[in-house]
Amino acid sequence: MSNDHVSNLMKGHMESLAAEGKRADGRGINEFREVKIEIGMLNTAEGSAMVHLGKTKVLCGIKMLIGTPYGDSPKSGTMTTSTELAPLADQSFDPGPPREQSIELARVVDRGIRESRMIDFEALCIEEGERVWMVYIDLHILDNDGNLFDCCTLAAAAALSNAKIPNVQHGVADEDVDLPVTCWPISCTFGKLGDSVILDATSDEEGVMSARFTVAHDENGNLRAAQKGMNGAFTDAEIREAVKTARASDNVLREALKGIQ
Amino acid sequence: MAGQTDMELIKNGVRMDGRKPDELREVKIVAGVLDNADGSCYLEWGNNKVYAGVFGPMECHPRHKQKADRAIVQARYTMAPFSVNDRKRPGLDRRSSEISYIASQAFEKVVMVEEFPKASIRVDMQVVEAHAGTRCAAITAASVALADAGIPMRDMIPACASGKVNDIVVLDLNKEEDNYGQADLPLAIIPSTGEVVLLQLDGHLSPEQFEEAMDLATSGCMDLYDKMRAALENRYGGKK
Repeated sequence: MSNDHVSNLMKGHMESLAAEGKRADGRGINEFREVKIEIGMLNTAEGSAMVHLGKTKVLCGIKMLIGTPYGDSPKSGTMTTSTELAPLADQSFDPGPPREQSIELARVVDRGIRESRMIDFEALCIEEGERVWMVYIDLHILDNDGNLFDCCTLAAAAALSNAKIPNVQHGVADEDVDLPVTCWPISCTFGKLGDSVILDATSDEEGVMSARFTVAHDENGNLRAAQKGMNGAFTDAEIREAVKTARASDNVLREALKGIQ
Repeated sequence: MAGQTDMELIKNGVRMDGRKPDELREVKIVAGVLDNADGSCYLEWGNNKVYAGVFGPMECHPRHKQKADRAIVQARYTMAPFSVNDRKRPGLDRRSSEISYIASQAFEKVVMVEEFPKASIRVDMQVVEAHAGTRCAAITAASVALADAGIPMRDMIPACASGKVNDIVVLDLNKEEDNYGQADLPLAIIPSTGEVVLLQLDGHLSPEQFEEAMDLATSGCMDLYDKMRAALENRYGGKK
């Protein structure tokens, strides 16, 4: 995901900046880049959203199909998340089947949405044990300037918030209704840069950081999902601090999400 | 092509979407919409929506694909899962692979590949909403993205389809016409020379209808060419 070719000079520069609480682009260490959300631009999708986080751009489309429920949850709809790291988004993205980084990204976003119970899965049951709605969240990365985790989670939440269940197309009912959404998960991703921890890393910062930590909260401030990534490590105190920072910093994203409703 | 149908797709010279037989759907082209790509383009053609991005020239991977005397163009056409009514499985299917391949070859004709031995020029075309004619939309967008990337080219290649519905030759098939029409002929040309770099046909055309369809698709390409140039002038300024 990260930019593999950042010079040692740049690495030293960014680490010393972070140690003073500064960033190469002028932000504070716990500050998100500018966020912009557009919704409903795709007619073929049940719901859609485009999120700009700085220069990172992610397009999300929701599709819903009818399928059979899993045996252990006959009354629940299902959900599948996948990410397409389109080659046009980054020179380092190779065409071809999804690789580990793309799968990890999709699974972290999936957990944030699923475990928050953002979607009321039982409301997606058409006929117990026989027919349920299957929700597909497809995330298309169009421009990668870092922090795809948060940008994708936000895009998925925004697209779900304007999704309509395609009852008419599938002959289930006479009217399409809004997908029932119960809460708003927001993820915050931190990077370990030298001895500092920064929020919302750019591609350049991802290229020099040693570890990544993502935590998703619901709107009540409860944790819903988390993931530590990359081959570096955080101290126990850094993790606890990051979780607190996330609760304080995710407001910008929540406001942006509220702005579209 | 489903072939003969009882559906009345054209009535008194007016098509279902209100167009005349020789009329294009509305086309909007914006050059330079992405930050990471060396060149990019967003194109709306009717309800079709396509992003194209270009990287390169750069070292060609895998190595065995390198050509000692020229660059290769590695084009990739994909449709997003949410671009169609029934969700499409992500990734390259046989149709996308074929389109990617013939598009690569079409671009190699206009890109000055001899200037960059052993290099690769990567062209990525992402269809995010599809309503018939996406390969033409993608190739047109990719041409603008190549120009936006500053890749030396002899010309851009506009692509446009013509076809046949209710025994009438028409330009730029829409979704219903594509599904229930009798022929579809996507064409890409080099406007400055009139050469054909991409042509496919499926369906049924008489020799006379073929001539007519070629004329119509060519004029559609020339119309698009003006719009492509306008998009670049819009971004970079041009002779007024």
